Amino acid sequence: MSEERVGVYVCHCGSNIAGTVAVDEVARWIGSQPNVVVARDYKFMCSSLGQELIEQDIKEQKLSRVVVAACSPHMHEKTFRSACQRAGLNPFLFEMANIRELDSWATDDKEAATQKAKAMVKAAVERVVHHQPLELIPVNINPNTLVVGGGVAGITAALELAEAGYHVYLVERESSIGGHMAQLDKTFPTLDCSACILTPKMVDVAQHPNITLLSYSEVEAVDGYLGNFTITVRKKARHVIEEKCTGCGICTEKCPKRVIDEVFEAGLGYRKAIYRLFPQAVPKYPVIDMQNCIYFQRGKCKACQIFCPTGAIDFDQQDELIKFEVGNIILATGYDPFDARRISQYGYGRLANVFTSLEFERLVNAAGPTGGKIVLRDGVTQPQSVAIIHCVGSRDRNYNEYCSRVCCMYSLKFAHLVHERLPGAEVYNFYIDVRASGKRYEEFYHRILSEGTHFIRGRAAEVTDAARLPGEEGKLIVQAEDTLTGRQRRVPVDMVILSIGLEARHDAKEVAQKFGLGCDFNGFFIERHPKLDPVTTMTEGILIAGACQGPMDIPETVAQGAAAAARVAGLISRGTVWMEPVRAHINPDLCSGCRICNTMCPYNAIVFHADKGISEVITALCQGCGACVAACPSAAITGAHFTDQQIMSQIDGMLWDVKPQAKAEVAS
Amino acid sequence: MSETFEPVIVGFLCNWCSYRAADLAGTARIHYAPNMRPIRVMCSARVEPQFVLKALREGADGVLIAGCHPGECHYVEGNVKALRRYVLLKRMLRQFGIEEERVQLVWAAASEGTVLAEAVDRMTEQIRALGPLRWYDSVVVPASGSLIGDDGRESAATRTRTAKEK
Repeated sequence: MSEERVGVYVCHCGSNIAGTVAVDEVARWIGSQPNVVVARDYKFMCSSLGQELIEQDIKEQKLSRVVVAACSPHMHEKTFRSACQRAGLNPFLFEMANIRELDSWATDDKEAATQKAKAMVKAAVERVVHHQPLELIPVNINPNTLVVGGGVAGITAALELAEAGYHVYLVERESSIGGHMAQLDKTFPTLDCSACILTPKMVDVAQHPNITLLSYSEVEAVDGYLGNFTITVRKKARHVIEEKCTGCGICTEKCPKRVIDEVFEAGLGYRKAIYRLFPQAVPKYPVIDMQNCIYFQRGKCKACQIFCPTGAIDFDQQDELIKFEVGNIILATGYDPFDARRISQYGYGRLANVFTSLEFERLVNAAGPTGGKIVLRDGVTQPQSVAIIHCVGSRDRNYNEYCSRVCCMYSLKFAHLVHERLPGAEVYNFYIDVRASGKRYEEFYHRILSEGTHFIRGRAAEVTDAARLPGEEGKLIVQAEDTLTGRQRRVPVDMVILSIGLEARHDAKEVAQKFGLGCDFNGFFIERHPKLDPVTTMTEGILIAGACQGPMDIPETVAQGAAAAARVAGLISRGTVWMEPVRAHINPDLCSGCRICNTMCPYNAIVFHADKGISEVITALCQGCGACVAACPSAAITGAHFTDQQIMSQIDGMLWDVKPQAKAEVAS
Repeated sequence: MSETFEPVIVGFLCNWCSYRAADLAGTARIHYAPNMRPIRVMCSARVEPQFVLKALREGADGVLIAGCHPGECHYVEGNVKALRRYVLLKRMLRQFGIEEERVQLVWAAASEGTVLAEAVDRMTEQIRALGPLRWYDSVVVPASGSLIGDDGRESAATRTRTAKEK
């Protein structure tokens, strides 16, 4: 038997526990068990009086271990650890038995609940005697930060940190920052011009001395851990020397090759083979699209180089790998629009005048391919009637079950813009529910209602050009059941807009893997807590902001960008943070060098020393999951605070009443 | 001893999803069978097959392992590792004659208190129908010496014996 002196405290939690569990009986019984020198029950252990009780006993009764049977450790483990620490006991010599959430609240069978509580308290006692004193691990925080993604979330986060005086590396995959917001025409519900509010911020990013902007770049590798990440970025060759380029645009003008712009203009407009993403692009330097450049394809042309007044074109430029160190990483990688081709009955890609919402944004944008004129695919005809179909790819079990949260509002905005640009045109909204749940959103909805938009409550079944009734010839017919009147409707229109939803980036899983965080079923990054911690992840030092976490609108995205920056700034200003010592350790004397654990580790925290033939855990990288501990065939790996011995003893305690030995004792 | 047999199930719950699911079930006052005795581990991947064997040997009638849904693991893919180990363990348990229902792996997200509660209820009923395991009496005692050592690992004695038999 061990020498440890254990104090056990059973909490009533008012009547939350005591109403179901016979706490006095549990305390009395555990008091008679080996190692237990004090066993008490008390109304509220988490109260200051309850905590003082523990502190007093530690000092007077010379307790070397403490067990509190109360609520979930996620609730009060920290509280009681601090109490132990105040009394001079290492906080890791404490164990909690959760007899509230996992026992008294989950049943009203008093006898069974008491028996279960006894088992849980006994298990905690058996476990705690094997606890070892542990120290929190100090980690220094590098004050530089990496922001991945130059949309409005990333821009906000970068500017917030830069303004706070910290250096930021902003990495953007495209040749300009701005993200989806730069493509939009107006923002709901205020109808601000999207570019007008975004471009000043983009310019701020470019000019800020604390921001290193790496556009047309992608993160290649991430090594390290909270406070100390080493980042490798691939800066793709623009074939334009940034130091020489003035952004005059003569190269683009002279380039003879015209290409359909699939990215920024959503396939509606053209760009050249050397181009800027859009006129206000930041940085202002163009990029050569090698797939379409005549020189790169056929070895002739060089028009851009000939006409460039500063000699900035460099056809031999190569990708460049840049390495730098940061302390924290904010992922703001945004979303992909739902691919409307997947819903074939809506005819996108087959029926010319079916548009996606992103295409329509470009159509109504004054800087867009039509100069803001709403026209059909032929480029001249103005539609006399427009149908807007909501929830395309959202709220649909066949595609995405979730609500994309922005489509209702931008659909209302579209209705308004059609009324404004094409007076007299009819607009039909096919909706399931109108979700207008933001500040002044509902008022905007009422405004659109009063503008004469038709609202038909029903998910559109089909968009077809097969005319059946008079008046349908040459039109697109939207078929839907009007669920308010219970009738089938066929609405002939000239133009159909599909309000496509927001999806996780197609490569979100790979990004998650690279940065060591989790994705949910839909591919969105998982936050630490959906309510209370939406911008941090379970991986320390990696934060998320904006639509990479889930569909959200611009105000929420901006709020998240700022929140993530505030979190990072807090860590930087602390300089050093303390991390839980729940980490794996390999005993070099027991390690056989089989390397099974090497591949087990999701964080590459285990290195193999070929010279010594053994593996070693890099403590700072280890997150403490214990996968390697369980896998080690030589039992050479110890998982601190979750050792084999601790868990085995806990199992013993849990089964105290059904153990073969216990039964034998009863029988004899 | 009560008339009806009350199974004892040891539940290994991962810290991030299934333990939180159990917390949530309690907070939401979802009542379920009090037969599962929970042990918190950081990840379902921490659950060694020996833990399961140890629990069964020490008198448990069943073992529940609960983790995050695949793709939602806090440690990227610990639950997948748990699943792989589970499949192998089940193959071994089958050879020992341990019924399928006695050892189960379930996924319960932090928001799925009901899923966890239903899994415990279902498992309790299944094992109640099977009756007590009494593995110690049927397997461990008849063999000369213990098959599994006190620490749940194969004991040295057994190892030498099996070696000799070979």
